[in-house]
Amino acid sequence: MIAEAGLAALWLSAALAALQLVLGAVGLRGGREDMLAAVRPIALAQAVLTVLAFVLLIVLFLRVDLSVALVAANDHSAKPWLYKFAGTWGNHEGSMLMWVTILAVAGAAVALLERRLEDRTLIATLAAQAAIGLGFYGFLLFASNPFARLDPAPAEGQGLNPLLQDPGLAFHPPTLYLGYVGLSVAFSFAVGALVTRDVGPAFARAMRPWVLGAWILLTLGITAGSYWAYYELGWGGWWFWDPVENASLMPWLAATALLHSVTVLATRDGLRAWTVMLAVVAFSMSMVGTFLVRSGILTSVHAFAVDPRRGGFILVLLALYIGGALALFAARVGTVREGSRFDPVSREGALVINNLLLTAILGIVLVGTLYPLAAESLTGEKLSVGPPYFNAAAGPLALILMVVMVIGPLLRWRRDELRNLAGRIALPCLLASLALLAVVLLAPDISILPLLGLVFAAGVAAASIAPLWKRNLRRTPLFIWGMVISHLGIAVSVAGMASESAFTRERLVAARIGETEQVGPYSVRFDAVTPVAGPNWTAIEGTLTAMRGDTSFELKPEARAFWAPPTETNEAAIRTALDGQLYVVLGKSDEQGRWQLRLWWKPFVTLIWAGGAMIALGGALALIGRLRRERKAALREAWA
Amino acid sequence: MKAKHQRLILLLLAVVAMIGAVLLAMSALKDQAAYFYTPSDAAREHVEPGRAVRLGGMVADKSIVHDPDGVTTRFVVTDGASTVAVRFTGITPDLFKENSGVVAEGAFEQDGTFVATNILAKHDERYMPPQVAGAMHESKSLEK
Repeated sequence: MIAEAGLAALWLSAALAALQLVLGAVGLRGGREDMLAAVRPIALAQAVLTVLAFVLLIVLFLRVDLSVALVAANDHSAKPWLYKFAGTWGNHEGSMLMWVTILAVAGAAVALLERRLEDRTLIATLAAQAAIGLGFYGFLLFASNPFARLDPAPAEGQGLNPLLQDPGLAFHPPTLYLGYVGLSVAFSFAVGALVTRDVGPAFARAMRPWVLGAWILLTLGITAGSYWAYYELGWGGWWFWDPVENASLMPWLAATALLHSVTVLATRDGLRAWTVMLAVVAFSMSMVGTFLVRSGILTSVHAFAVDPRRGGFILVLLALYIGGALALFAARVGTVREGSRFDPVSREGALVINNLLLTAILGIVLVGTLYPLAAESLTGEKLSVGPPYFNAAAGPLALILMVVMVIGPLLRWRRDELRNLAGRIALPCLLASLALLAVVLLAPDISILPLLGLVFAAGVAAASIAPLWKRNLRRTPLFIWGMVISHLGIAVSVAGMASESAFTRERLVAARIGETEQVGPYSVRFDAVTPVAGPNWTAIEGTLTAMRGDTSFELKPEARAFWAPPTETNEAAIRTALDGQLYVVLGKSDEQGRWQLRLWWKPFVTLIWAGGAMIALGGALALIGRLRRERKAALREAWA
Repeated sequence: MKAKHQRLILLLLAVVAMIGAVLLAMSALKDQAAYFYTPSDAAREHVEPGRAVRLGGMVADKSIVHDPDGVTTRFVVTDGASTVAVRFTGITPDLFKENSGVVAEGAFEQDGTFVATNILAKHDERYMPPQVAGAMHESKSLEK
């Protein structure tokens, strides 16, 4: 019964989405107020029904209802409840239902909360949102029905991929999906504004919180995903340029560019057409990301199901939305009036360069990610593009971007003089030169990219604090703090990346019990190996004692074997010190009683994720600051 | 400065940046793209030693040998038609075993041995990398 109710709710909300689109479109064309008035309530009802369907699927998973095919394929009665719950979206169908649920809720939030925008533009936005939703409802109902029954029901479920049995699974997909969907709202706003020829500061101010929110969540999602890969895969790496990682990086790059250009549009009324274009690009990137991750064409833990029909379906949706939006853009770009002007040497000018560089990096990542897929489908040639390509192509541009980050925030809006700039960038330059001197003296054989990374990080760190100079800190607006902390976070993160890639020490040995190995500042003694057991796995656990000066502590890396489904995973033992992390992986044993051990000392590696968290925190402060200021402005208007 | 000029400069900048990015991407792709070979491909075409490639197939039955240093593993990758000897120093992935799919990243040596820097095995019992599945399928159809 529950499954049938869920399916019915899904069909109903799909029908409502269709109604929302048709009423909006026809109403706008014919100027029918009665039709337009119905759009908002329909958006709310659609969200309620979709949420209901999603909750029902969660109930099925918690009750381990094995007569439902999806539950039987992914659930298991012996799983801890958290993984039954999170397992709801740890599979293809469930995660797509979550996508559409978040989409519908976001649409309802726009219908409910948005008051600044002109009514017609808002209706057009909701219609665009319904059009996106409709495609995904179709995808769910025709190609990946989460509520399909299985007859006869099996006695036990097949369980969840153990790599996914991690508390992170409860948060990682929802975070990224919220980010993707936030960009879809920005896209809908852009389409709405194009349809009603209303591209201007009001539209930018309505769009900005969604862009900021999406960007914050994407930042968190990428940071968390990177840390997950670091500790769960046991390879000691934090970024692999895997297509799945790129699938989240590309929307982030576009959202970062959009975030900066939408600020110019909202406060300075410049870059109108460019901002609309970026909104289209940003959503396209989230669609490309969804396609890459969900179509099964990639080799990864995210490729739940290899079904060519599904890949084709998403590809068609992708072409429809991007093609449609670009066509609309081309048709209407002539009606976008020119915004206010600015000098090349100005804050706006620097933001334009920021946007160009981000877009260029985005292009490089996109080419590297799609090239193997295109080459294989066109010529049948199988090839892969890995870190050497991405580092060589995107690295230099990222470094130039950091130079712009130093200069940009220190320029005035509208127009500035280059010679006034010299005094302002003196301190960042001084710090960068000091960093250069220190690194070259202490580590003369460092390679060029990490060296520049450390030097530029020092410069960006100094420059990012500079906007606070001579300000009353108590009265500094929250969004200035946001920018300062985000930019500082970039410097921190880049410093961590450079330090990790330049100074990591690695040891790979086959050790007997009682032997001691040296890695970085630690000597590590291999004490014992013992079997241990968990709720749905058994494991071999190593015990090691790490010593450094007078301090010593225990490390317990594990090699786990899950039995449903039968899989082995490595649980690395990681110990964080103030100046880095010690990372130990237990390998396999040989006939002579030796065990493979892989030991890493990674100086300041934690800065990578600390920086990511700072970037997101800065975004959150900016979001709160902007919303507060706008509420105050609205209150003032109401009183006046 | 006139508005038209400003737009023109912006447009030029954008075009230059894009062309630069594409050129950078193209040249990096030419040098850095790693091609995927099955043992049959490798036997048919000569892969120049030292070039970064990926080798995919099945780990041959009873072929895994451990060196005395305890961290070097030797095995044979097969696709049913041809075989390649592989050497790898490191901890093999959890699902690396005989008669199971594998993708090795690395380069050929002068003597034809493949030195792997990284080994990718299938993620769980249900899953096989599509490239390996494709290679297995191809070699099966070759046998017929």
